[in-house]
Amino acid sequence: MVTPTRKKDRIDSLAESSADAGVSLAASAWRTLRRSPVFLTGATIISLFVLVSLLSPWLAPHDPSEAMLIDQVIKARNEIPPPQDGHPLGGDLQGRDFLSRLLIGSQQTLIVGVLATLIGLAGGLTLGTLAGAFGGWVDSVVMRLVDVMLSLPSLLLAFSISAMFARPNQYTVIIAVAVVQIPVFARLLRGSMLAQRHSDHVLAATALGVKPGAIVFRHMLPNSLGPVIVQSTLVLATAIIDAAALSFLGLGNPDDRIPEWGQMLGDVQTVFDTHPQLAFWPAGCIIVVALGFTLMGETLREALDPKSRR
Amino acid sequence: MAHSRTARRRWTAAIGLTGVAALALSACAESGRTDDPGAGQVGGTLTFGAAGAPKLFDPFYATDGETFRVARQMYEGLVGFKPGTAEVEPALATKWDSSEDGKTWTFTLKENVKFHDDTDFNAEAVCFNFNRWYNQKGAGQSDAVSQYWLDNFGGFADTPDKPSLYKSCTAKDAKTAVVELNEATSQFPSVLGFTSFSISSPTALKQYDADNVVAAGDSFTYPAYANEHPTGTGPFKFSKFDKANNVVELVRNDNYHGTKAKLDKIVFRIIPDETARKQALEAGDIDGYDLPNAADWPGLKEKGFNVAVRPAFNVLYLGINQKNNPKLQDLRVRQALMYALNREQLVKSQLPEGASVATQFMPSTVDGYNKDLKAVGYDPEKAKSLLAEAGASDLTLKFFWPTEVTRPYMPSPKDIQAAIAGDLEKAGIKLEVSSKPWNGGYLTDVDQGIPDLFMLGWTGDNGTAHNWIGTFFGRTDNRFNTGASPWGTELAAELAKASSEPDETKRSEMYVELNKKIMEQYLPAIPVSHSPPALVLKSDVKGVVPSPLTDERFGQASKG
Amino acid sequence: MLRYTIRRLIQLVGVVLVLSLLLFAWLRALPGGPVSALLGERSTPEKREALTKQLGLDQPIFVQYLKFMGRALSGDFGVSTGVQPGDAALDIFLQRFPATLELSFLAILIAIALGIPLGYLAAKRRGGWFDNLSVAGSLLGVAVPVFFLAYVLKDVLSSALGLPTGGRQDAIDATRVTGFFVLDGVLTQEWDAALNALEHLVLPAMALATIPFAVVFRITRAAVLDVLDEDFVRTAESKGLTAPTIRRRHVLRNAMLPVVTTIGLQTGALLAGAVLTEKVFAFAGVGEALALGFERRDYPVLLLLIIMATIVYVVVNLLVDLSYALIDPRIRTR
Repeated sequence: MVTPTRKKDRIDSLAESSADAGVSLAASAWRTLRRSPVFLTGATIISLFVLVSLLSPWLAPHDPSEAMLIDQVIKARNEIPPPQDGHPLGGDLQGRDFLSRLLIGSQQTLIVGVLATLIGLAGGLTLGTLAGAFGGWVDSVVMRLVDVMLSLPSLLLAFSISAMFARPNQYTVIIAVAVVQIPVFARLLRGSMLAQRHSDHVLAATALGVKPGAIVFRHMLPNSLGPVIVQSTLVLATAIIDAAALSFLGLGNPDDRIPEWGQMLGDVQTVFDTHPQLAFWPAGCIIVVALGFTLMGETLREALDPKSRR
Repeated sequence: MAHSRTARRRWTAAIGLTGVAALALSACAESGRTDDPGAGQVGGTLTFGAAGAPKLFDPFYATDGETFRVARQMYEGLVGFKPGTAEVEPALATKWDSSEDGKTWTFTLKENVKFHDDTDFNAEAVCFNFNRWYNQKGAGQSDAVSQYWLDNFGGFADTPDKPSLYKSCTAKDAKTAVVELNEATSQFPSVLGFTSFSISSPTALKQYDADNVVAAGDSFTYPAYANEHPTGTGPFKFSKFDKANNVVELVRNDNYHGTKAKLDKIVFRIIPDETARKQALEAGDIDGYDLPNAADWPGLKEKGFNVAVRPAFNVLYLGINQKNNPKLQDLRVRQALMYALNREQLVKSQLPEGASVATQFMPSTVDGYNKDLKAVGYDPEKAKSLLAEAGASDLTLKFFWPTEVTRPYMPSPKDIQAAIAGDLEKAGIKLEVSSKPWNGGYLTDVDQGIPDLFMLGWTGDNGTAHNWIGTFFGRTDNRFNTGASPWGTELAAELAKASSEPDETKRSEMYVELNKKIMEQYLPAIPVSHSPPALVLKSDVKGVVPSPLTDERFGQASKG
Repeated sequence: MLRYTIRRLIQLVGVVLVLSLLLFAWLRALPGGPVSALLGERSTPEKREALTKQLGLDQPIFVQYLKFMGRALSGDFGVSTGVQPGDAALDIFLQRFPATLELSFLAILIAIALGIPLGYLAAKRRGGWFDNLSVAGSLLGVAVPVFFLAYVLKDVLSSALGLPTGGRQDAIDATRVTGFFVLDGVLTQEWDAALNALEHLVLPAMALATIPFAVVFRITRAAVLDVLDEDFVRTAESKGLTAPTIRRRHVLRNAMLPVVTTIGLQTGALLAGAVLTEKVFAFAGVGEALALGFERRDYPVLLLLIIMATIVYVVVNLLVDLSYALIDPRIRTR
């Protein structure tokens, strides 16, 4: 057998895994995962990340948008507030408490990641369900559309989409990052539905006279959950990294009163060498979190997809 | 151009002084550095990091600094500026006289000068150039193409509705050119020192179809002369523009009529990314670049580079647009905005050394500057009480700022914006902050009066007060929509009156008075700061003198 | 096969047309653009209006689009307003494309040179510390924002290895033949020029190679694991062939297939990565032009380059599909 190599095929192979996703597979997957150190590492990182994000308003010692240390910012001497009492990481280029910005930043980062994934999922769900559930010409039309979208390199598509908003802001970033995920989810869900159309439980339901809509929503969709979760985990990582790339190109959210890690990293490109800490902290956070999601996603995939399981 | 006839000379002298002072200062800072053109080795290549590619090489159509910088090395005008100052000095013309009425100018030309293509430079060549400028057709008349001509000389031969300052040029003999103007102007002859009005070889102009500018699609295309065959009289001549490698190369003109250049070559290496430029300098890949980030000055100095600071000939202001929010038509509200701003802090934390709080809309070197005006201090309480008085305590304003841009007057828009927004919010003003890319809608929005508050500024290209406040408030449908208030029309009229006053002293007084009125009675916007731009060079580069007009010529530069 | 190819090419034309219309309409609907770029802060409403009229930007979008397509057919895709103001967009692409190809080629080379042997070793020692470590490393490679890595490489390695911090070549005398600087140097036997250009490629190529490396590594590893499980390997073992022979004859060759495909399919990632990497290294390729185009809102250049990127991406995909079908007959029936 040929290992899936292309994005498309990888998606398809993942999708097929849902056809035989029964309770037993989920259970066995969980048994595998519980003992996988890789999965556990990822899960720990992500739990910590989510916890910090949720608690950040209470954890952050200061208001992240208040230029409380502005009198220590002297551009003419290239000085920014150093670490000091009450500000363990010092301040940023605008004299704001850097630790607070990092903490609050985790929340925004989570929001960007989750919203981007949800939007991508919702779009993909609509298209994929349409295509997968009905087949025929609906399928053809939808899949052509999806193929057009997949025919642009995804990050480049995200760049283009953000460049097209007259006024970039937090939401345009999310949209740009999310839209490129729609075709991925669409293909995934369609594949998953197609695989199930001839599975026993769907055939049985049809024979019992269950309405098509009910079959799709009660039987097919729940069984597609596994692949969707896997893909979502991976998309979360991509979304966070892509958002940073957008900021780096000046296509991100220019309003930084409420910080986001990608933005914090992308915005300090002119001081990478003189104030490296301003880049290294957000970069480190992004790398760890993206790694966490990737570790989780890849191990989940292996556990759920019998073909890649070994 | 019917305004500000004679202010130039005074301004010129004033700038000259500042230039010299700055020079003296930078000379002190760099002990052992010499600006004596006689010193320095002969030979070598100077590699200069440019932020962008020159658009073309024909200075007449040039509008941006990157293009001027390259053209300036290959071309000369009839007059030039003494290095480091804005004082006019002879260049291709050795002397000049004007008639009593100031309308007839006789230029005596330098002899034995040849263009790079061996064409003789003479009075005919001069007149050929003037007539070429005046006779632009079609796309050549566009604001985006012949901008400097339009701004300084007005219209063209076939635009009767838009008269020109220029009337005619006659070659009396080979070394005497007589230029006739329709009106007297103090801009003459210094305007001829602008790089735009450099003299090109008539042969090359004809041969390479120099005037054939075409509006194509959504832009303009330029003829071979502008792209591949720029031909002047300067110390360097065009060698090549290696577009694949983003490098422009000029070589020494060995037949130069003056002191020949020391460098064999000047290479302009295009490095769009600012950090990359700095690293290229530190790694020794380039010998200098323009407009280093203020935050990098100390580090660069520490590493032994020469940060050459130019006088601050610009202003940054917080623009107020009175059109959409009637509350902004109340002087107290606009004053509240000024009290709310901690400009002192902003200058100290965000701007380079030598920056200052602006007390009015022009720097002190402009004729008509009011030195009695003092900057209003930071007073958020006063701002709040003024707002309360005006019944505007719940003021909500749309505040726009630009991304994807740095300007000499605005080195880091984002950080400056954050400081301004923070101050205003502290005074209880609610802001809807949003940003747009400079070229991607910001300027359009500001022109169309969409924001209530916006950040913008100006770099002077002319030392008359009219070039500053006249440009800002001379019309009522300006960016500030001063026409929304009754005094807007009044101000425009007063500005027009001042600019047409023929007596220099009187006019100067009028502007001093106007500056006071603008700050105390009108306050159409809030001047924030003046910020000095710099240029950084390796310490072994000598003979480059920072100019208030960014008119740095590398003719006497040397390396090592 | 032929019909399949033709169908795909027709599809490509369709995609390009739809994409160009969408991009064109959207870009034109945006404020700013050419007029702002040409006038800067000296603009006044009048100047703006006059210029808008002169450039025909006041006409209906579809008229503008048809005019644009008309010009495009004769090779005129408009003139840059920000990246290289005044230059034809097509010239910019043609000048810069070889640069990006050169860079991508070296990046792919690095990815293969490291990815395949490491992937093979990891598979052979599945579950061992080497395997775990390199798997984690490859995942980490994907998690690091490319531009950040590029900056770190530039800061840390350029001085340590004495490599240039940016550009394609120093301003040395070099004859241009093909536009591929390294190749030009070799062709004209200007070895200095070739070496110099190569030095400029090293760091950006390393940064650009991370993602393809991670992918090649993982695919190699998976493919080798797959093949090791397959019947013919077991048969070979039972036939008593020695391990190196099995490895050489069967495992590597069979595992190559997906690896080769992956390499072809990394084009998309390379294109996007080039935008970031080339910007960091001021490397005058298509990626830098895109980055500058986004930054300076240079619509004609963006339009052309995005379309070109799509074409390149689709064509490479097509070629990969075709070669795949040639190599593995099973695909054709799918």
